[in-house]
Amino acid sequence: MAKTLYDKVWQAHIISQLGDDSLIYIDRHLIHEVTSPQAFAGLNEKGRKVRRPDRTFATMDHSISTRSLALDACGPQNKLQLQTLAENCEEHGVKLFPVGHQKQGIVHVMGPELGLILPGMTVVCGDSHTATHGAFGALAFGIGTSQVEHVLATQTLKQSRGKTMQIKVNGKLAVGITAKDIILAIIGKIGHAGATAHVIEYCGEAIEALSMEERMTICNMSIEAGAKAGMIAPDQTTFDYLKGREFAPQGADWDAAVEYWQTLYSDDDAGFDTVVELEAKDITPQVTWGTNPGQVIGVNDPVPGPDDFTDSVEQESARKALQYMGLKAGEKLGDVPVSHVFIGSCTNSRIEDLRAAAHIAKQGKVAANVTAMVVPGSAAVKRQAEEEKLDVIFKDAGFEWRLPGCSMCLGMNDDLLTAGDRCASTSNRNFEGRQGRGARTHLVSPAMAAAAALRGKFADVRDFQE
Amino acid sequence: MSQTTTGITTLTGTACPLDQANVDTDQIIPKQFLTSVSRAGFGKHLFHDWRYLDLEEKEPNPEFVLNKPEHQGAAILLARENFGCGSSREHAPWALTDFGFKAVIATSFADIFYGNCMNNQLLPIALSSSEMDVLFAAVAKDASAVISIDLPAQTVSVGDTSMSFEIAEHHKNNLVKGLDAIGQTLELTDDIESFEAKQPAWL
Repeated sequence: MAKTLYDKVWQAHIISQLGDDSLIYIDRHLIHEVTSPQAFAGLNEKGRKVRRPDRTFATMDHSISTRSLALDACGPQNKLQLQTLAENCEEHGVKLFPVGHQKQGIVHVMGPELGLILPGMTVVCGDSHTATHGAFGALAFGIGTSQVEHVLATQTLKQSRGKTMQIKVNGKLAVGITAKDIILAIIGKIGHAGATAHVIEYCGEAIEALSMEERMTICNMSIEAGAKAGMIAPDQTTFDYLKGREFAPQGADWDAAVEYWQTLYSDDDAGFDTVVELEAKDITPQVTWGTNPGQVIGVNDPVPGPDDFTDSVEQESARKALQYMGLKAGEKLGDVPVSHVFIGSCTNSRIEDLRAAAHIAKQGKVAANVTAMVVPGSAAVKRQAEEEKLDVIFKDAGFEWRLPGCSMCLGMNDDLLTAGDRCASTSNRNFEGRQGRGARTHLVSPAMAAAAALRGKFADVRDFQE
Repeated sequence: MSQTTTGITTLTGTACPLDQANVDTDQIIPKQFLTSVSRAGFGKHLFHDWRYLDLEEKEPNPEFVLNKPEHQGAAILLARENFGCGSSREHAPWALTDFGFKAVIATSFADIFYGNCMNNQLLPIALSSSEMDVLFAAVAKDASAVISIDLPAQTVSVGDTSMSFEIAEHHKNNLVKGLDAIGQTLELTDDIESFEAKQPAWL
């Protein structure tokens, strides 16, 4: 029987069938300081051990300062959480990349760059953006802390099979359009809850043409459409990215692995529960206007109003969003000034993102009304960027150049906005208060964020192409 | 099998009507409260941004539904579609249960939040949009209207109206019996070991 990529990975991990639920094996478990302390506490209370510390990797990313390597730089409570992670990892034999370590980084940046994520794996983390790792053809999804404890203790999870959704992006992208624009356009089309209960497989010419880092940006935001996970079939681009990475297989193991990975694709006649198609040429630079990622438009489109929606719930959401965002229906975002620009997060903080932003940044200076910062996704990304002198380009243009971490994507440290601030952000969520109480977030690509920093308002990045 | 918590069979109580779609977990419990290393004490920060006019939580927002005198002591939260979307933070159900909610009834739920509820004896019930209208109308008419939930029978009742809801059999069992999920899985250790033995060496 014809199978989807998801079916193949799912079925390869079923340990046993428990009624309408399956017990599935988890190949890789990533952990960080925010969602793990209560899980370790639960283990310790019951005297349970971590079943496979060798398959578990930890980093510090959410609660850390991007100005200082000191654990107490963001106060005693953050320090306690970071120390608790260090103690738990020490006690249970879990490898940790702490603040200051050369391999530290945002969990979804660090994992792939070390070769910890391989095609066909099941990958979990107490973090909804675990979907990122589906870019490798892994089945990767975010879990809650009770499930983190379950995986620590058993290396398994009880799960129900998801529905399948194929999202096909046909043709070639126009100049200046990025992976971020593709995924925002997809979420705009299917809606913030459009993929609930589904595992998405992204495919089509425009997806196949993407680099691994771009594919990670796409899969990362699957959760923003409500999906359980997002996947892309592994191909030569995937294998080339993985070859030689620290934790990727080597020698004869590599050959055996590639042979298996080449079987991981959806069969031609495999059926999907839902199919969505987009034409790449129609995608323009995207900017969110509202308070969920599905409320998104092309940079030159007018801001919609409640009357542009037929559904009463969407009308009410639009009314509330416009009020919170301080926008009016019909307004053009090109006329809207921004006060802050944030380039970073597990969505867009990898080296290609920073190169794209630097390419724009070198064309001018940050506008007087804007505070702009660049936060590399990992220590490795930071080193690479500095080797390429991207930090110099950013600093010369007036951007702050920070230490790696989650930073202003969610502001668990002191990288926070205040009420009324308006931020062009390369992160993944524009929820009310996400970057600070009363602050207004507009999601954009790294190039669009840099363009907004220079212009002081939202700008069409295509006007900056040299 | 080990049993750690008391199971849920029936629930009866008044409801707090939060008539909104896409209530995300950042709203349920904002990030500044996620630095705690324990599961307790999140209830006082539940819906912080909407519930308080100040950062110190000294000035309750009188307009916010949770602060209305007539909804104090509600055991059930009503909401619209895509409740619990966004971050996977289990702090969201911890905050809801710590505050005193035993069930959330909404048009639909985000997947991770729904699963997190199951691990915290917080009953998430999805009803159709028109059925939600019935509940919102009943509470609007009389804030002291009692809603009854019968989990084994899978029904929600208010006044003379009874509505049925879907829930996966294993979720229902776990909630009714209050089973320890890890304890159950550890009984399958032999199966896990044989699975591991068959995995390729390079994994």
